[in-house]
Amino acid sequence: MNTTATTINSATHQGTLIVAQAEAPLKTGPRVIDYNDRRTVGDITVPDPKMVCRDVNVYYGENHAIKTVSIDIGNRQVTSLIGPSGCGKSTFLRCLNRMNDTIPGCRVTGEITIDKENIYDKNLDVVQLRARVGMVFQKPNPFPKSIFENIAYGPHIHGLAANKRELGELVETCLIKAGLWEEVKDRLEEAGTGLSGGQQQRLCIARAISVNPEVILMDEPCSALDPIATARIEELMDELRENYAIVIVTHSMQQAARVSQRTAYFHLGDLIEVGDTEQIFTNPQHRLTEDYITGRFG
Amino acid sequence: MNNNTNPLARKDTTAIVRAGLQRRYAAEKRFKWYGLTAISIALLAVVLLFADILIKGLPTFWQTDIRLEIDFAPQIIDPDGRRNPDDLSLADYSALWKKSLRQLFPEVESREELRSLYALISSGSSLQLRDRVMANPALIGVTQNVDLLADDTVDTFFKGGVDRELPEAQRPLKDDQIAWLDKLKAEGKMETRFNTGFFTNGDSREAEQAGIGGALVGSIFTLLITLSLSFPIGVAAAIYLEEFAPYNRWTDIIEVNINNLAAVPSIVFGLLGLAVFINFMHLPRSAPLVGGLVLALMNLPIMIIASRAALKSVPPSIREAALGMGASKLQMVAHHVLPLAMPGMLTGSILAMAHALGESAPLLMIGMIAFIVDIPTSPFKPATVLPVQIYLWSTLPERAFVQRTSAAIILLLLFLAVMNATAIILRKRLERRW
Ligand SMILES: Nc1ncnc2c1ncn2[C@@H]1O[C@H](COP(=O)(O)OP(=O)(O)O)[C@@H](O)[C@H]1O
Ligand SMILES: [Mg+2]
Repeated sequence: MNTTATTINSATHQGTLIVAQAEAPLKTGPRVIDYNDRRTVGDITVPDPKMVCRDVNVYYGENHAIKTVSIDIGNRQVTSLIGPSGCGKSTFLRCLNRMNDTIPGCRVTGEITIDKENIYDKNLDVVQLRARVGMVFQKPNPFPKSIFENIAYGPHIHGLAANKRELGELVETCLIKAGLWEEVKDRLEEAGTGLSGGQQQRLCIARAISVNPEVILMDEPCSALDPIATARIEELMDELRENYAIVIVTHSMQQAARVSQRTAYFHLGDLIEVGDTEQIFTNPQHRLTEDYITGRFG
Repeated sequence: MNNNTNPLARKDTTAIVRAGLQRRYAAEKRFKWYGLTAISIALLAVVLLFADILIKGLPTFWQTDIRLEIDFAPQIIDPDGRRNPDDLSLADYSALWKKSLRQLFPEVESREELRSLYALISSGSSLQLRDRVMANPALIGVTQNVDLLADDTVDTFFKGGVDRELPEAQRPLKDDQIAWLDKLKAEGKMETRFNTGFFTNGDSREAEQAGIGGALVGSIFTLLITLSLSFPIGVAAAIYLEEFAPYNRWTDIIEVNINNLAAVPSIVFGLLGLAVFINFMHLPRSAPLVGGLVLALMNLPIMIIASRAALKSVPPSIREAALGMGASKLQMVAHHVLPLAMPGMLTGSILAMAHALGESAPLLMIGMIAFIVDIPTSPFKPATVLPVQIYLWSTLPERAFVQRTSAAIILLLLFLAVMNATAIILRKRLERRW
């Protein structure tokens, strides 16, 4: 079974480019969509979209990494991106705050808006965009500076805090929101890199929310953490959801099921299926999705 | 996995592995010995080199003096009694110590003999006496014991460098001179003291007066100019190439050429300096300014490569973190990348400076090999540098110059060691983990 699926995929890979998503995405149908159909299944829209992506293509030189993907990112909810390694989850995530701009040879086409503003518009300042769309990376990457400076950096460069006292309060608020305050309040001057992995990742989350973003992107934020630290971060995401739109890339389907309200399944650069998390995990429409969530490949 | 198709299934693999172990261990042992032998040979060479230099060079740091009772006679120094500094500086001070010597050895009378008597004292003694009087004119009319610089042959004699058993004709000191010296010694008039003059004097034709001071100051001026040019330019170029430059054919060409420049023989930079700085721009010849410029050109590619390596070693995650927070590219570099790369850059620049300190070939091309007595007071004055001074002295036959060559090498090596140690300490100190 497993091998058959893979053969079909590679055999029809060339054809998928032509099939593309020129037509309207299919509505959820009663039948299970076959392997070689690469049109997105499910409703790509949400009632209250924070970000809207339409016909997004990403190329790394010749490599077509994201193929005409359209999806809405809902406000005040967690959207999880799942799919096998190399399917383009991180690439797509990095489009949302234009981190792909920093990769030489990377080209993005299509339209992505945040509150109806095109983020790839010439007039939009990427520095400002990144203040609105924060990011947490796979490997915790605190600055090799003190815990305080780690949080204070964003507000400092954007000129958000009027004075020292306000900055101090801001740092405290962020650390409290990230659930780290109790653990570090007595050692704010110590190096952020001296914390444990889980603490470092929460520090990075605190750092990301320090500039009061509207969207938080997380690229496998727990993949380097133990289960206890992971549980803390998941708890945190649930709290943060009240105020932010969160997009998380994860390899753990349990995690996606636990923390997210919407799930998008990617396969070799195509967005295969998108929908409510519960529906995706209980009643997938596409064979590829079904195979992936039932663990038949991935 | 089917046992029929697996060829290993029929063999005793453990036995085969065990049989091969012996050979593997033997090879490992042999390799260890090759390594040890190589290191021993290298160490032996270093020890021999250092021992030779130390044995030859160390005596230079002591200097023999002859104590004479000098009568600062007014009729010689200041005949018209006006204490005019111009007159004082023009007086014949050699008459003072010559008179004192004659009084010590009244039996010496012929011109011939007197000349060999006077030869025991350095001609620099007259300057020594003049400086004393100029600094304190109240000395005139006073009689005082003064330690005068002995001639370099005398110095060598007292350091055991002259064999009394040799036939007189082959000795730098004649029989009567040795007799006089023995007498002086017996009277306690010979003294050995630390040779400060070696560090403060400029070059001289007289070995006992020749010092490393001029070359030292010349080297310092040259290196300051080299550092102040090559460090900022090198770091700025590295930052641009590594962080800002687009990836295209031009940056590729630049990169290749920087690597090529780093391999260009240093003398070529000297020729370039001669053509551009001296013949075209008419900057002063033999000056540390030009030397510094030439060495800065020579160091630039090395500095750029070292700085780029330091920038490359900063993990990309830090850059991503900064950019992800909305830092601009310049802020990312200035706030995060540069502080982390700085230790590597400093280390690289110190090593490059050590390289420049030992460089002589390009400096010969721009005339820094001239015989210069005065200690340079600015980078525009003619000067020489340590390695060139070593070369100059090494061509002279006098034993005292042979010793000074080694002493200068000791100093040069000392500076190099200090610079390299600083680089290591800096790296250890500033190294941060992330
Ligand atoms: N920086 C890059 N340069 C070139 N190709 C890349 C780069 N990052 C990712 N890719 C390619 O893009 C595709 C998607 O990668 P990625 O987005 O990292 O997948 P995922 O995060 O789902 O594992 C892969 O084929 C990968 O080889
Ligand atoms: Mg990824």
